[in-house]
Amino acid sequence: MYSFEFTRPSDLSVAVDALKGDGAQALGGGQTLIPVLKQRLAAPTTLVDLSGIESLKGIRRMGDMLVIGGGTTHGAVAASGDVAAAIPGLVELTSKIGDPQVRNRGTIGGSLANNDPAACYPSAALALGAIIVTNQREIAADDFFQGLYATSLEEGEVITAVKFPIPAASTYQKFEQPASRFSLTSVFLAKMQDGSVRVGVTGAGADGVFRHEGLEQALSANFSAGAVDGVSVSAEGMSNDLHATPEYRANLVKVMTKRAVEALS
Amino acid sequence: MRPKGVKMATISMTVNGKQLSGEAQGNTLLVEFLREELKMTGTHVGCDTSQCGACVVHVNGESVKSCTVFASACDGGTVATIEGMANDDGSLGVIQQAFQDEHGLQCGFCTPGMVMSIADILKNNPQPTEAEIREGLKGNICRCTGYHNIVKAAQSAAATLSGAAQAAE
Repeated sequence: MYSFEFTRPSDLSVAVDALKGDGAQALGGGQTLIPVLKQRLAAPTTLVDLSGIESLKGIRRMGDMLVIGGGTTHGAVAASGDVAAAIPGLVELTSKIGDPQVRNRGTIGGSLANNDPAACYPSAALALGAIIVTNQREIAADDFFQGLYATSLEEGEVITAVKFPIPAASTYQKFEQPASRFSLTSVFLAKMQDGSVRVGVTGAGADGVFRHEGLEQALSANFSAGAVDGVSVSAEGMSNDLHATPEYRANLVKVMTKRAVEALS
Repeated sequence: MRPKGVKMATISMTVNGKQLSGEAQGNTLLVEFLREELKMTGTHVGCDTSQCGACVVHVNGESVKSCTVFASACDGGTVATIEGMANDDGSLGVIQQAFQDEHGLQCGFCTPGMVMSIADILKNNPQPTEAEIREGLKGNICRCTGYHNIVKAAQSAAATLSGAAQAAE
């Protein structure tokens, strides 16, 4: 690792000020960033650790929204009775991220800001139509994800919370790459209160997380595993690596969507 | 060798109940601080890429991989390591004894992390199923045992601890 200054403010405004410095970088749980730093793929001059800011942590229900603080760990979400009652799919998702130690450090804000194409959380944010709240503004999930490791966050902008509309039903079906435990292809399926269905897919797209309109339309009209059969999922735009071809991933999108429908039926 | 011009900070933490301090740079990992500054070498570095879990310790009551946490992030915190798992008289703690009884280790390199992960599993779930034990050990890799005897050790420790808890009631 290159050397850097380390600062761990307990106040968000202090952190935001520190992030205005040249070469400053925010640190969430560090479960991605620390390995990146070890490989010398990043060289911040100052690391601003957000883990000491209590106001970024916590889970609360506000009307028809579930609000999760940006610094809330995956483990805290997985263990939350409020989350289990409101959005059980988020418990399924967070309890399958990495391993227990990773879940005890990794945060929702860090995962969304990093937007790894095989990370679990982006699929839930997209499928549920989440609102990403930062120290500056609110961003709709549909506008937030901008391709591989890219988001609409500005320099120094910090995710303070994520607001999830509470759906009628939700589930996360993960097909994991067994060595990395990232998603090879996973589907977050949400049946919204108005009856519409949203399908978020992670791990499959060459440009990262995406919603599949064809599946959403078919399932909104007829919520059944059979409806998935009639949808064509193209291999075009799917990623290709030593673990899976685009065709394999395209097939998995349908398989995992079917499993999701069956889990909710 | 510390590079010139790198700022050192004094870090304090409660490790296994003792208040300890040492010097750390911004990029000093918790495991480096424990092993090289505090000279507590029970916590091992296997992979240094957060895969293997040999470095698992507890920070503020939660299990973490100490190769993927900065020491400075734990300033003022409470840390539990393998050195704190033995009984006060130096005899093996319940989980350690179960590893010996069930032949849960061969080379022993992964064992500190295994013991700390199992302590975390049993704290949250005193009577786990075999599947829950295996799930809880997902972040720990052992290249010797094939895991069967590690799982048996966890089951044996769970039985001993819950038996002791019942006896105390």
